[in-house]
Amino acid sequence: MGSVAIKKIEQPKSFKFSKANLDKIEKILAKYPSNQKASAVMPLLDLVQRQHQNWIPEVAMEEIARILEMPRIKVFEVATFYTMYNLKPVGEYLIQLCTTTPCWLCGSADIVKACEDHLGIKVGETSKDGKFTLVEVECLGACVNAPMIQVNDDYYEDLTAENMIELLEHLKTGDDITVGSQTGRTGSCAEAGPTTLESHAKKAKIKMAEIEEDK
Amino acid sequence: MLADKDRIFTNLYGWESPNLAAAKKRGDWDGTKKLIAKGREWIIDEVKKSGLRGRGGAGFPTGLKWSFMPKEGDRPQYLVINADESEPGTCKDRDILRHDPHKLVEGALLASFAMGAKASYIYIRGEFYNEAVAMQKAIDEAYEAGLIGKNACKTGWDFDLYVHRGAGAYICGEESALLNSLEGKKGMPRNKPPFPAMAGLYSCPTTVNNVETIASVGEILRRGGDWFSSFGNERNHGTKLFCISGHVNRPCNVEEELGIPLRELIEKHAGGVRGGWDNLLAVIPGGSSTPMLPKSICDTVEMDFDSLREVQSGLGTAGVIVMDKSTDIVQAITRLSQFYSHESCGQCTPCREGTGWLWEQMKRMTRGEALIEDIDVMLDVCSEIEGNTICALGEAAVWPVQGLVRHFRSEIERRIVEYRKTLVA
Repeated sequence: MGSVAIKKIEQPKSFKFSKANLDKIEKILAKYPSNQKASAVMPLLDLVQRQHQNWIPEVAMEEIARILEMPRIKVFEVATFYTMYNLKPVGEYLIQLCTTTPCWLCGSADIVKACEDHLGIKVGETSKDGKFTLVEVECLGACVNAPMIQVNDDYYEDLTAENMIELLEHLKTGDDITVGSQTGRTGSCAEAGPTTLESHAKKAKIKMAEIEEDK
Repeated sequence: MLADKDRIFTNLYGWESPNLAAAKKRGDWDGTKKLIAKGREWIIDEVKKSGLRGRGGAGFPTGLKWSFMPKEGDRPQYLVINADESEPGTCKDRDILRHDPHKLVEGALLASFAMGAKASYIYIRGEFYNEAVAMQKAIDEAYEAGLIGKNACKTGWDFDLYVHRGAGAYICGEESALLNSLEGKKGMPRNKPPFPAMAGLYSCPTTVNNVETIASVGEILRRGGDWFSSFGNERNHGTKLFCISGHVNRPCNVEEELGIPLRELIEKHAGGVRGGWDNLLAVIPGGSSTPMLPKSICDTVEMDFDSLREVQSGLGTAGVIVMDKSTDIVQAITRLSQFYSHESCGQCTPCREGTGWLWEQMKRMTRGEALIEDIDVMLDVCSEIEGNTICALGEAAVWPVQGLVRHFRSEIERRIVEYRKTLVA
């Protein structure tokens, strides 16, 4: 559930969608029947976040309500229901640490600790320079590449305390950031190579795993 | 082991491009027009014959589900594809979205045609941003090539396909919550009836299917229902994507035959349990909701809907979470209780209050700060939640706890006894 304490945040006085985003709104609305504009409320909240430093001010929700011809409260309801809508400012990098059981089994606690120690902030806090916000989230659906985290739009997988700290350093400078596996795995394929799809592996010049004989 | 020639998801790992040209080389969009020319009845019959059961967790026969859609009527009909993959332990649909999206586009066209749906929405969990981008790219390519849109594949059938992104809510994987979310509301489940086939999206006839289900349809129709049904066990046919996570040497996703023995799945494809098979403590076989199995059952159990039901668990999403003997098994389930407490939408009181209470109790059980009798009180509360909520999240929350008590009650009791010793001392 999102924060309900919207009023405590210093809110901007006005919000207008950019020209580019107004064009996008046209396209979004075309996806839904003309009498079902409310369907566009989620994509529009997302657009606001992308335009407005990754958080949604109250005035923007009012603007969405106006565009979609729906009651303000219905927009608030949606914005507060889903976890991905930030209703208060967050750091430039929103670090979402998955700690649900599959990641926990593979050492997510070490990843949380590495982030907290290296950045000097606790989960739920934002660094003084406004660069990083740490949050704990539920399963992000990349369990065979656990432990993993999401930073803004991207997943970072197969983490260790060491490569997590390297990643934080890369994010700080904005250089050499590798999205996805931090150990060079291709997607959900096993680290030691695939056990299936041999002809495709051959074409892609990928070495098959050596399967041990049954004991 | 399933032969490579019989695998559907040949770009599972993303070694090749997801684009249209590469997808065609892998066999997608081959003769789609001819398949459609065989007619709606033929498609539904072939899917029925294949024995395909829904790959999202419930395992309902897909062809039968499709046949519930009205044959005619003046309301629009919809296919909604559930890509809200959020069940802990599950990460298979993600691979289809990002690496093999044309399988889903083609399947969506075929399934929609069979059900008389002229529009379809793919509801992708919000966190899968890059996957949604990849999916949209495939859709754009398909429009461009005339494969979907007006007169799709030159069949005379008009078909539109759209991506809709979620925004972080496990409950939206429940089909009626997903429909509410798609309508721009909070993702809270609806009472049934009416079922979606009568009144779903915008109160119109709707079928909701999982990504893997729909993405399998093209190959099933091309190779025939008999081909698909030749794999697996009685009433559990076909191939299936498995996700093997946790304490294995080589965690991975892999496509295998339904009914593969769990041990073979883990040892052949995931490099075995860390420290060897005898170091296994327990496995959660089908995503977090399915009750865990102790090693003694894992030794022989087969991975299909009915075999797993017989041992009081389920295939679910086939997200296999492996736990070796180093695992704090009580904490592993406590973390799941936290998950369900966080994800309860709050609509039904037994779930809203019960999941939070269960989490609190489980935290106490982890530390042993409880009485032996509390275990039974906890089970009682589980049975008060189960069956008393609109959707299955209530059940999903209690099953892991029930599974833990069923197989590891002595471990919970041991902790309680240990803790009470410290009080006496």
